[in-house]
Amino acid sequence: MNHQTSLDFRANAAGAIKDDALRQAMRNATDTIGTKRTNAMEGVDFSALREKASAIRMEVLDNLPAYLERFTTQAAKAGASVHRAADAGSANAIIAGILKSNNVRMVAKGKSMISEETHLNAHLEQEGFEVVETDLGEYIIQLAGETPSHILVPAIHKNRQQVGRLFTEKLGVDYSEDPQVLTKIARKALREKFLTADAGISGANFAIAESGSLVLFTNEGNGRMVTSVPPLHIAILSIEKILPSLADLPTFMRLLPRSATGQMLTSYVSILTGNRKEGDATGARELHIVLLDNGRSEIVKGDCREMLKCIRCGACMNVCPVYRTVGGHAYGWTYPGPMGIVLTTLLTGMAASHPLVDASTLCGACNDACPVKVPLQEMILKQRVRRVAEGFSPPAVSMGMRLFGAAAKSPLLFSFGERLAGWFWLLLRRVGGENVVGRLPRPAKSPFSRRMP
Amino acid sequence: MHVQLFGTCLVDTFFPEVGEAVVRIFDKFGVQFTFPKGQTCCGQPAYNAGYMAEAKGAAEHFLSTFGGSDPIVTPSGSCATMVKHHYPELFRDDPEKLRAAEQVAGRVYELSQFLVNVLRVHETNLTGSGRVTYHSSCHLTRTLGVTEEPLALIEALKGAEFVPMPDATRCCGFGGVFMAKLPEISMAIADDKAQSIIASGADTVTGCDSGCLMNIADALKRRGSSVKVKHIAELVAEGL
Repeated sequence: MNHQTSLDFRANAAGAIKDDALRQAMRNATDTIGTKRTNAMEGVDFSALREKASAIRMEVLDNLPAYLERFTTQAAKAGASVHRAADAGSANAIIAGILKSNNVRMVAKGKSMISEETHLNAHLEQEGFEVVETDLGEYIIQLAGETPSHILVPAIHKNRQQVGRLFTEKLGVDYSEDPQVLTKIARKALREKFLTADAGISGANFAIAESGSLVLFTNEGNGRMVTSVPPLHIAILSIEKILPSLADLPTFMRLLPRSATGQMLTSYVSILTGNRKEGDATGARELHIVLLDNGRSEIVKGDCREMLKCIRCGACMNVCPVYRTVGGHAYGWTYPGPMGIVLTTLLTGMAASHPLVDASTLCGACNDACPVKVPLQEMILKQRVRRVAEGFSPPAVSMGMRLFGAAAKSPLLFSFGERLAGWFWLLLRRVGGENVVGRLPRPAKSPFSRRMP
Repeated sequence: MHVQLFGTCLVDTFFPEVGEAVVRIFDKFGVQFTFPKGQTCCGQPAYNAGYMAEAKGAAEHFLSTFGGSDPIVTPSGSCATMVKHHYPELFRDDPEKLRAAEQVAGRVYELSQFLVNVLRVHETNLTGSGRVTYHSSCHLTRTLGVTEEPLALIEALKGAEFVPMPDATRCCGFGGVFMAKLPEISMAIADDKAQSIIASGADTVTGCDSGCLMNIADALKRRGSSVKVKHIAELVAEGL
């Protein structure tokens, strides 16, 4: 598996903590989304709705092979070509192959985190295709040569002044920091790309087994352009994105936008069923659907299967105190925040990702926010247990924990430890560091237990 | 009324004055209590770090130390959560210990729960002063589900004014082992919390968890703030 950067969370986060612009941008954005989410949830029975959504997602996971089969049959019947990709490399190869056989030069891309997971853009560029991201946030970070730092708000870590300077540098336009002006600049540049692109690549929020349809929730309209203007449309999504039927969709129409951006509904909800037929007003003449597995068939059999209920709303990261403080790049791979910790360790393995499992205070805010009741706090803890079991916990920590375990069982050892800490406090401060032991008060001269009769 | 007092390791080592405040409250309300000898730590540090064997060892020690049928009262939301919610999980596959864990879990009260729901301390004459804000610690609020009791105690302090802080339920960045594993991030989150506390205009911040309060006190000190940090037990004991 490829890694964009190292997964050493502490080292990755060190720069972010000192980056005042990033921290202010993160505060502003997560606070704004948080307020909007609270307002959008008013009058909604969140707890009943998420119960229902969770049950639907579990039903899919319990019968995933059958639902995938059904989706594949129905999508093919509707005129789509469905491809199964076992891993990132084969997904990229399938897509490059389709583009080649259609003599494509330029691809207009809608937002897709699965394509980030497979590093599709880098692969396609290597193969000689021009790839243009058309989601405004994705466009910004593509210009900046960065990766998304949020699954829905890719450029959440940037402020408008930074975007203004970026546009001046890369697009040669006059500097502006007015969001409306900046959006117009991007729109002008992107319009031309939509009209000249030979192919569109998009993700999908859901795939409907009963009808073989793809469902996209979008706000900017670029999703519709990408999926309907070019003659060829390729959708890439992971296998767990299935919903049984269109009747299940309203639950997620109510939950996803509210949880994600604090909207009652996104500007567009597109349901695409098959390719464009004679007499159809819009749509791509050729539609390919690439279903990425990348380890998910195994995850769905394990004790972290509930992670695959995730509908990628980003609510868990928006409420996470750690994510809010360091932003998404510190997580080092595709997915940040609480869901990112769990997904990354599951998808890339503990050897590569074990430092990530520390990136949580286990405060549980993510659990409360999740619209499909993924027990994220428990799952992060499970990854910590796995880390210990697989031998990736640092030896010093293991030794400390063995000592702790012994002291917790032995009152004598425990009170001896307390005394030792008191006697050698200054030494402990030096060894333990100003930022750790230095933040604790000095132990009391006489512990509480010795003041008790 | 007879109870067992679980002081917690943080109170024992760093904050004996919190334990003494609990004792003063118990004395005032005629609560007979024992302080079971040999009590240590609930095992949370090992549990949260994924060292389940060590956590189980601590839990077994707790179960054997806190026998009997009296209520167990502890001045910590996260330790109460550990015993009440995580002990039964630890012994899920061991029917005999599970029974013991569930018996103990059923007896545990976080201090403010006990003071409000059992002793009804908030209905008595308590005094206070100044402006008091409250940090609602994570495990207390989200797992244990205690939200109203600490506020009821603060509201009962005649002469004190409760002032809410922005984002009161946001984590303070302590997180037990988290503060040692990722100290820079922990301090940055704590600094945000300190700013919220200062913004509330309070002269005292209180809460039900010594770990969080310790972290908050350090963050306030680094900002040069004069806001006082007091455990809810101390506030109530001072107001008796």
